[in-house]
Amino acid sequence: MAAVRTSSEITFNRVAIVAVLLVTIIFLAPIYWIASTAFKPRNLATTIPPTVVFQPEISPFVKLFTKRSQLRSPPSPEEYAAAPWWERVVFDGGEKIVRDGKGQVQWSGYPSRFLNSLIIAITSTVLAVGMGTFTAYGFSRFKVKGEADLLFFILSTRMLPPVVVAIPMFLMYRAVGLNDSHIGLIILYTAFNLSFSVWLMKGFMDEIPKEYEEAALVDGYTRMEAFFKIVLPEAATGIAATAVFCFITAWNEYAFALIMTNRRAQTAPPFIPSQVGSGLPDWTVIAAGTFLFLLPVAIFTFLLRNHLLRGMSFGAIRK
Amino acid sequence: MAHIQLKNISKTFGNHTALTGLDLDIADGEFFVLLGETGAGKTTTLRLIAGLEKPSAGQVFIDGVDVADWGAAERDVALVLQQYSLYPRYTVRENLEFPLKPKIRRLPDAEIKDRVDRAARTLRIEHLLDRKTDRLSGGEMQRVSIGRAIVRKPRVFLMDEPLSALDAKLREALRTELKNLQIQLGATFLFVTHDQIEAMSMGDKVGVLNHGRIIQTGTPHEIYNNPRDTYVASFVGSPPMNLIDGRLVNGRAVMAPLNFELPFAGGAKASGATEGRPLVFGIRPEDVYLESGAPVEARVHDVENHGVEKILTLRVGDTTLRATVPARTDVAIEQPVRFAWNPDKVVLFDKGSGVSLRHAS
Repeated sequence: MAAVRTSSEITFNRVAIVAVLLVTIIFLAPIYWIASTAFKPRNLATTIPPTVVFQPEISPFVKLFTKRSQLRSPPSPEEYAAAPWWERVVFDGGEKIVRDGKGQVQWSGYPSRFLNSLIIAITSTVLAVGMGTFTAYGFSRFKVKGEADLLFFILSTRMLPPVVVAIPMFLMYRAVGLNDSHIGLIILYTAFNLSFSVWLMKGFMDEIPKEYEEAALVDGYTRMEAFFKIVLPEAATGIAATAVFCFITAWNEYAFALIMTNRRAQTAPPFIPSQVGSGLPDWTVIAAGTFLFLLPVAIFTFLLRNHLLRGMSFGAIRK
Repeated sequence: MAHIQLKNISKTFGNHTALTGLDLDIADGEFFVLLGETGAGKTTTLRLIAGLEKPSAGQVFIDGVDVADWGAAERDVALVLQQYSLYPRYTVRENLEFPLKPKIRRLPDAEIKDRVDRAARTLRIEHLLDRKTDRLSGGEMQRVSIGRAIVRKPRVFLMDEPLSALDAKLREALRTELKNLQIQLGATFLFVTHDQIEAMSMGDKVGVLNHGRIIQTGTPHEIYNNPRDTYVASFVGSPPMNLIDGRLVNGRAVMAPLNFELPFAGGAKASGATEGRPLVFGIRPEDVYLESGAPVEARVHDVENHGVEKILTLRVGDTTLRATVPARTDVAIEQPVRFAWNPDKVVLFDKGSGVSLRHAS
């Protein structure tokens, strides 16, 4: 069938390819912008028209990770010669790296924010997917009284924009001392993702024939053993897909992180724009921070891509 | 090996009644076939014995012990399903090992290997042991499923339409294999099917199930020749038994509404058939024969050629009946023929209840 193609089909195909390319370029343009700005010298970051060809620099990343102050006078030649390469690139930009009394380099706020993001996103994803998997299994395999109502109730937690509850949540968190704590954000993101996780996993669980577990039960296994030995491996695809979605939501969350945290448990999303605040913003440093922030999701999605391709069809797999 | 008894079992799912007052007795080492249409309650019966469902009323006994409180794991039964009983992520060997590895009866590794190899040899699947199950054909898959059951040496084998998903040729081959296996193991088998040919060819005993009730239990011979009612008569046998309305007049069978007559063997009086009572006459197609001097004339309505024999549909007025005749019989559609039946083989059913007069007394 595909062998014989009319000329109109060929035209259509070409138009479609051009359209897809165009859309892809539109979607990738901001990512290119951020990535290229992260490697630009500071004076080329804001030129009009934009600079496309430039000598890439590592200095934005050095600046991203260190605490710096303006140089009042250029460093002496000896000082410059004695400095390691990463300190020189900062000198070149008219700044110097702040050191404490013992000469230790002072870190900027970014690494700890990035670490906070990782801890909070990973923990809440594990919790949401784990609890969601168990809940979905229960709903899928057992007769639960008021199953439809309960599932609707679980879904209803997604029915209003989360920001609506931000202020009451903030007051409650402050009252119990959960604001600006890792635990606080983990609970929040887990609760937010749980409904999604339950619904998605229920779809996948329903697709796994219950005959598999029944065969295991008859063979002398307990329900728990059957769950871990048979159901969980079969549900791997669904778990991977759900985990990616939950991770992205928790990783990118901005509004609650902005309101609930300010220092100790602050995540990267509210931190990155906060750098714009004082004086002339160094866009290359902000771009470097954003660029690094994009990587974990990209890596995570890449690692699970095989599962995702099947998972995206939302369990529409039938032998 | 075990003796299975079901006493007065009822099972309801919400408003739906799956089984009512079911009694079943499966002797040790017996090949028992539960035969019924889809939705008759066959699978439910099987799941009750396996312990995957609990009866709403009644008791299940294994070797005389009430197993109401026993879980599926403790009953030590093996289950073979139509499909989905193999784990797709495991190899054939891993699938066969799986039933030998639960905590409650974990066997030593050497014993596991020995049993798996023996089962593989019995079922001729040794060459498949290292293959993933998604790369097996339907017949191979079903062999492995049976293998999963036999490695364990369970007290009873429960089989839920294990051959239904296979193509005809394979089904025939596995039918024989399964029967031989049962004889070889001397095990108790409960085999569920909707296919009356499987029931007749494999069962030591057959139980016919309809709407959650056991209609008749007996050897295939009894079921075939002496059906308890018109349901069994029309369900078992291919083509099914001819059922014709009529009554007895002066020791002859008079068929309504066209009033054709056939001779009837005198034994009828012994079975309580009074003159003029509305009856249904049951006669197997192979007991209807064509003869030039026979009492009734009919027209050939349809001819099905089955190789060794032909199945004719004969028409007398509005009544049709089937006759199995040798393949060499030369007939054409709409040709007038004369037929008779073997009077000794006629089964009488009560018109109202459908129950055979032999069983009613």
